[in-house]
Amino acid sequence: MTILLDNKPKLKESLQPKGILRYFSFSLDHKVIGIQYLVCGFLFYLVGGTLASAIRIELTSPISDFMPRDVYNQVLTLHGTIMIFLWIVPVVNGAFGNYLIPFYVGARDMAFPRLNAVAFWLIPPSGLMLIVSYFVDGAAQAGWTAYPPLSITTPQSGQIIWIISVLLLGGSSIFGGINFIATILKLRRPGLNLMQLPMYCWAMLGTSLLVVLSTPVLAGTLILLSFDIIAHTGFFNPVLGGNVVVYQHLFWFYSHPAVYIMVLPAFGLVSEILPIHCRKPLFGYTTMVFSIMGIVVLGLVVWAHHMFTSGTPPWMRLFFTIATAFIAVPTGIKFFNWVATMWGGKISINSAMLFSCGFIINFVFGGITGVALAQVPFDIHVHDTYFVVAHFHYIVYGGSVFVIFSSVYHWFPKVTGKLLSEKLGILHFVLTFIGFNLCFAPQHWLGLNGMPRRVAEYDPQFQFVNQISSAGALLMAISTIPFLVNIFISIKNGKKSGDNPWNALTPEWLTSSPPPVENWEGEPPLVKEPYGYGNPILKENNN
Amino acid sequence: MLNKSYYLIPIISAIISISFWIGFNINLLPEEASINAPIYDELFRILFIIGLILFLGMTILVIYSLFKFRKKTGEIGDGIALEGDLKLEIIWTIIPSIIVLIVGLYSYNIYDRMGGMNELNNHHQIKNLKSEKIWAGINQVSNTNGTNNPLVEVSAMQFAFLFNYPKGDFISGELHVPVDKTISIKMESKDVIHAFWIPEFRIKQDIIPGQPTILNFTPTKVGKYPIICAELCGPYHGGMRASIVVEDPSDYEEWFNENKKTEV
Repeated sequence: MTILLDNKPKLKESLQPKGILRYFSFSLDHKVIGIQYLVCGFLFYLVGGTLASAIRIELTSPISDFMPRDVYNQVLTLHGTIMIFLWIVPVVNGAFGNYLIPFYVGARDMAFPRLNAVAFWLIPPSGLMLIVSYFVDGAAQAGWTAYPPLSITTPQSGQIIWIISVLLLGGSSIFGGINFIATILKLRRPGLNLMQLPMYCWAMLGTSLLVVLSTPVLAGTLILLSFDIIAHTGFFNPVLGGNVVVYQHLFWFYSHPAVYIMVLPAFGLVSEILPIHCRKPLFGYTTMVFSIMGIVVLGLVVWAHHMFTSGTPPWMRLFFTIATAFIAVPTGIKFFNWVATMWGGKISINSAMLFSCGFIINFVFGGITGVALAQVPFDIHVHDTYFVVAHFHYIVYGGSVFVIFSSVYHWFPKVTGKLLSEKLGILHFVLTFIGFNLCFAPQHWLGLNGMPRRVAEYDPQFQFVNQISSAGALLMAISTIPFLVNIFISIKNGKKSGDNPWNALTPEWLTSSPPPVENWEGEPPLVKEPYGYGNPILKENNN
Repeated sequence: MLNKSYYLIPIISAIISISFWIGFNINLLPEEASINAPIYDELFRILFIIGLILFLGMTILVIYSLFKFRKKTGEIGDGIALEGDLKLEIIWTIIPSIIVLIVGLYSYNIYDRMGGMNELNNHHQIKNLKSEKIWAGINQVSNTNGTNNPLVEVSAMQFAFLFNYPKGDFISGELHVPVDKTISIKMESKDVIHAFWIPEFRIKQDIIPGQPTILNFTPTKVGKYPIICAELCGPYHGGMRASIVVEDPSDYEEWFNENKKTEV
């Protein structure tokens, strides 16, 4: 199969536009598509971040004074939807997956290049549609969870556009998932075993299985919800005999795995970054693979922990408590293995490494509050409060977004052939780390003491802590400035990085930076030990 | 890797004692005003201490390794070619499993003590309600006052709670209850999903349209506490609040009779 693909790139090259223009074309090159995902995702991150700032401004005072109450609900709905479906999911899967997976398996492109381009080009229109819905008749305002009957009774146009948009994004995600599974399982260079692949391939295999298994359930659920809204059917509408709890079960059957769809690829990326900057093999490769698959399996049977205060019978609460808490075991293994990877290494302290370490610290914190939240009696008090808001931001921002930044610093030389400024990178890290913790750590206290989530007004006793949180959000907003400045300056005038600035052994570095269209000038290299640092024989062979 | 492990003993014991000190001396929770609250706070304290130990331990490990093993200027070459250690990996699979298992069993015990495992259908009140769809919140029943507890019907709507006292045939905007008695509330929603949350009681239950829900609790402290809607229910969700007034039985009787008279 790889041999067949060998002729393709030349044809591809002659037909596609060159230079900056190719990023606006229906390019079939996996590297171009990866960058399209990344830049598009980052633009939506700026939109979602602006919405987050609006929320934090509203919450500096206990009364609703910054924007009308229904607009506030639209803002929080759009913030959640954009950050999940248009920033983290497409970037940790689509961007890095498309760029790296063909390199890692030793292929010239993804298995289905055209499907790949379609998957990307579904994203900008659905995202724009979602944002524009605000100007039609107000955007959706039932939260990103869109629980009926609220989603049935709020203005219809916004909710319907939201559903269509999420369906298209879900479709894009499924196309991507199928493509990753096919590429990893079928396009491997002859001679390359599954157990010799870089860890990110395993993370993407697990994630794609979750995408393919659970996203269709969300699609079906949202279609039924749209029937309830447009055609006045009664699947979930209690007035017509529907059941709202069934919606919650179906919704969370996707949306809990969605958390793993956002963090498993991040785990994979960290597993690539740490060994290179620590100059040590990834500790415990086999256990890492099994823990990824363990998380995939457990991740599918824990959804009802989002519903401990809905109508759930005691036995169900108990089952989901135990299943959820046990996810901590494979996750814990991964974290111990990363620390063991650092132990005894020769660590370069740079922006990529700092963001990865920040990720470990933040995620451990989010994971601990996660195990606590899994306990029914604990959850009943803090469910739907700012404690939960703090918890999941520690997972998705402190976890996934920190890894995205780490990956940008790590692979920027690969994509551009230039180095990012380390001074600006470290400034970016320090601002982000302090801002993030200042913003979200105090929110745990708010939740424990009686502040529910998704409110525009609150008890005045919480004002001071909310203002601290908003100050943290301001720091986070400021922290994007050194990042953007760094990117723009370095693309133009950055120091030349050479082909392999980190002296890495993974296959994407064993070609020129930026890589040629066909990825390698000659035959793809056979990398059986992507983490063979410290091994003298291997080092000689690779140099 | 752990050949000099005796160095770890003072560090680990320092982390553990700091965690215990913080766990016992820093209170992150509001007032305890129901039978549930002290049980909840016990669980919280244990989870807080275990969490602190793990978090401090991991953070110190990461920061220590980052500086201890950093590459000195001009240094080249790789770290040790260590690809894994089965013994270590087994240790850090088994220890977290045991912690998770103990925490799970302990929280089951807490949940049971809160009355979470009680079968609501065996409860005498439910039989009287003759409704097919009854969902249970935490079903805390105190031993002494379990039989003659007052029943209040709560209706939630955008954006208010109303409290109906069937025995007195009146409706109140404030929930009045006698102290130290198990209160049974039957909650129904008129429109969308709401939630009934009293932070000082550590209880919360969604109020789901089409499904009446029973919630039992026993206040232990006289005072006025907020009732907060915790499920997004529309634009004024943040303003959807009410109060619960916990009174001495005599004060409660007085209040009840006053309202009964005027309403009848």
